[in-house]
Amino acid sequence: MLARRWPRVSAVAISLALVMGACGGDDSDGASSSTSIAPTTDLATEQGSLDGGELTLYSGRSESLVQGVIDAFEAETGVVVKVRYGSSAEIGASLLEEGERTPADVFYSQEVGAVGVLAKAGLLAPLPATIVERADERFRPPAENLWVGVTGRSRVIVYNPDLVPDPPASVLELTDPKWAGQVAIVPGNAGFQAFITAFRVTQGDEAAKQWLLDMQANGVRTDIESNGDVLEAVDNGELAIGLINHYYWGALAAELGAQNMTAQLVFPKGDDPGGLFNATAVGITTSGAENPAALALVEYLLSDAGQRYFVTETHEYPVIDGVADPIGYPAKAQLEGPALDLTDLDSLEATQALLTELGLLS
Amino acid sequence: MLRRVRRAHPPLALLAGGGLASVLVLVPITYIVVRATDRGWQTFADTVWRQRTLELLVRSVGLAVVVTTASVVIGVAAAWLVTSSDLPGRRFWRVALAMPLALPSYIAAWAWIGWRPDLVGFDGAAIVLTSISYPYVYLPVLGALGRADPALADVARSCGRGPWWVFVRVTLRQVRIAAVGGALLVMLYVLSEFAAVSIMRYESLTKVIYSSYRASFDRTPAAALGCVLVAATMVPLWFAVRFSGSGRVARVGAGSTRTAATVELRRLRWPITGCVAALLGFSLGVPAWNLVRWTGRGSSTTTWNDVAEATATTLGLAAAAAAAAVIIAIPIGLLSARYAGRCARAVTALAYAGHALPGIVVALSLVFFGIRYANAIYQRTPMLVGAYVVIFLSLAIGAIHGSIAQAPPILDEVARSSGRRQVTVWFSVTLRLAAPGIGTAAALVFIATSKELPATLLLRPIGTDTLATQLWSRTDAVNYAAAAPYACVLVLIACIPTALLTRASVTRS
Repeated sequence: MLARRWPRVSAVAISLALVMGACGGDDSDGASSSTSIAPTTDLATEQGSLDGGELTLYSGRSESLVQGVIDAFEAETGVVVKVRYGSSAEIGASLLEEGERTPADVFYSQEVGAVGVLAKAGLLAPLPATIVERADERFRPPAENLWVGVTGRSRVIVYNPDLVPDPPASVLELTDPKWAGQVAIVPGNAGFQAFITAFRVTQGDEAAKQWLLDMQANGVRTDIESNGDVLEAVDNGELAIGLINHYYWGALAAELGAQNMTAQLVFPKGDDPGGLFNATAVGITTSGAENPAALALVEYLLSDAGQRYFVTETHEYPVIDGVADPIGYPAKAQLEGPALDLTDLDSLEATQALLTELGLLS
Repeated sequence: MLRRVRRAHPPLALLAGGGLASVLVLVPITYIVVRATDRGWQTFADTVWRQRTLELLVRSVGLAVVVTTASVVIGVAAAWLVTSSDLPGRRFWRVALAMPLALPSYIAAWAWIGWRPDLVGFDGAAIVLTSISYPYVYLPVLGALGRADPALADVARSCGRGPWWVFVRVTLRQVRIAAVGGALLVMLYVLSEFAAVSIMRYESLTKVIYSSYRASFDRTPAAALGCVLVAATMVPLWFAVRFSGSGRVARVGAGSTRTAATVELRRLRWPITGCVAALLGFSLGVPAWNLVRWTGRGSSTTTWNDVAEATATTLGLAAAAAAAAVIIAIPIGLLSARYAGRCARAVTALAYAGHALPGIVVALSLVFFGIRYANAIYQRTPMLVGAYVVIFLSLAIGAIHGSIAQAPPILDEVARSSGRRQVTVWFSVTLRLAAPGIGTAAALVFIATSKELPATLLLRPIGTDTLATQLWSRTDAVNYAAAAPYACVLVLIACIPTALLTRASVTRS
């Protein structure tokens, strides 16, 4: 009997050991790091020493959007970049589980929120001010320099001109009964949540809540899973109006041919939170702080060449001056949107609490 | 009494194997408990004790029950038709009906939403999941019907019983264990499923777990809901144990190859053939049509070189995972079939419970433990293969346990009494008799691995692309035309072991 009981006892012991080990490992996660990166001078002077360098990039943006700029960076510097692709959520959660042991030197996120969470967890090292200041003020953190914006993207109203000859100019109009049951939002999408956060920050929690309640009363559709699906539904006439990010239009136009696109965009004017101008962002992890190649990559993403790549390939806006805006969209200077710091968007949890309260999120 | 207990001593090697398996199945379970409670039990309780959690659980369980019931009805009926009736073209249907197993749920779901966008919600999710999960019931029932003793049915018929009475009272009883085992896999799979429910826009517990990561990178509520899922699996597990019955399932002397009498369908013959064709049209035809549509739809392209590379990688990983899962599942199968060890049964239950967790949760558990305790192989191929074993061990254990239990223990005892060592006996007798089950286990793990996505994304070596990751990155960027070749190859390579599975269940008869 004793022998038969042994495996059970051992299994319990093993699981206990695992639990204890796990708890021990957890302590280091929250610890913030004081490591900082030595500012470099210029990319050109660094090149000699970078050749033969290596770095690991975790990318929350997909391979087809990012690999081209990585190839160009490798060709320019001789650095070997190993990239792990995934969605921002999965890669971000994975980085949090890995903590300071992460093999990643650089994290390139689809939105500011993810780098913000990592910065708060103490997993990002400060960037040199010279690099961060290359980006327009609206695309950089007000303090600490733990991340910097790489590309700009605007929230837009997408509509089907066959169904909507007279499109709304502002998201605030969408509560009008004439749009009842014709508008789709994607409450689980990070871009939508950033928009609601901007709404709360600029017009107050009550106004944001009232807008959402009015939208719900107006039969807003929340059953479509992603921005891409909303755009397709609008394009093929299943849906009249949707709230998405601007570049989805360019991606679908590139796939189907711009002349075959039915869906059209409205960029809301003034301080309409529906015209929020958000950014993708990059940060260097504490474990990559000593790697000069990591810094060189961030520098390259903010260089003229890096920025031009994104404008042509992903239809996004450059974050630095002197690079032309994407073709087929309004100029960056004309885009307004609510006046706020992108870090003001870090009250994401309050937004999610609001969406959960209204039954839009679980 | 004392002698029996002594004979039931499992050898140390077996216990070591069982120990390894128990460590593996504990990884995801331990992780969700650690994460769910890392902000204290109060937060855990607040997340779990909400009206919303109960609603989601009801939605998930409702979907699982409907899909499982439909899969059992379709799977059993289809298996009976191709083995016992005069359905025209039975040989073709026998292989073709197993093919939907090769389809990743997301490919089927995209096809359905493209064809019938009005089916979003419960109906669509139930249809898509049934269309790809019924083979989990169909295949084992096919095997069980092949092995079943036709004499019982003959006796019943000779007593003047009609075919319907024979089917219900004799045949169904003979396939009960196989059907329950398959139903359990379907139920756990549906509970863990994310891709199809998300594409069909059905709010379930797993969809909410994913949005928790997606929206806030918040791992604690996701893990707490994972605990709810694991707890929920205890109910079907208990039922499965209850309903598959205990007692000996092995027998010696059914070696005669007498073929069962064929039931004539008469005037229902063609209508039923129409139904079978429709089933295949829905489960295989709709996805095939969608892939053709994708190819013609866009301008994006991919190179055949990339497709070939991803194919080779997928084949290698799936083969390695299948081999590793089988090797690790055999000790558990032997322990629970030959020693009726409670510990082995606990490991089996935990493996099944882990199967109900969504892929992203299991993947994060492996990230968590991998970087701390297996750093040397973290994000390398051995670790990725280990991850597949953790995720799909229950598939292997189920198939292997059943076949070892059916291998008559008396043959072991005869061989042992002739002076052979226990381990030699297993290799020369037991495992050879259980070979069809081991083959089934390997094929199931192979197919599941080739389709796996979330763990592959987080744990693959950098630069390693499988067909599933390539497909994901193409569709993520709406390059549908470039995605189509990957989807086609993915389905094709999963078809090969699926076809072998039907052959295995036929030759067993």
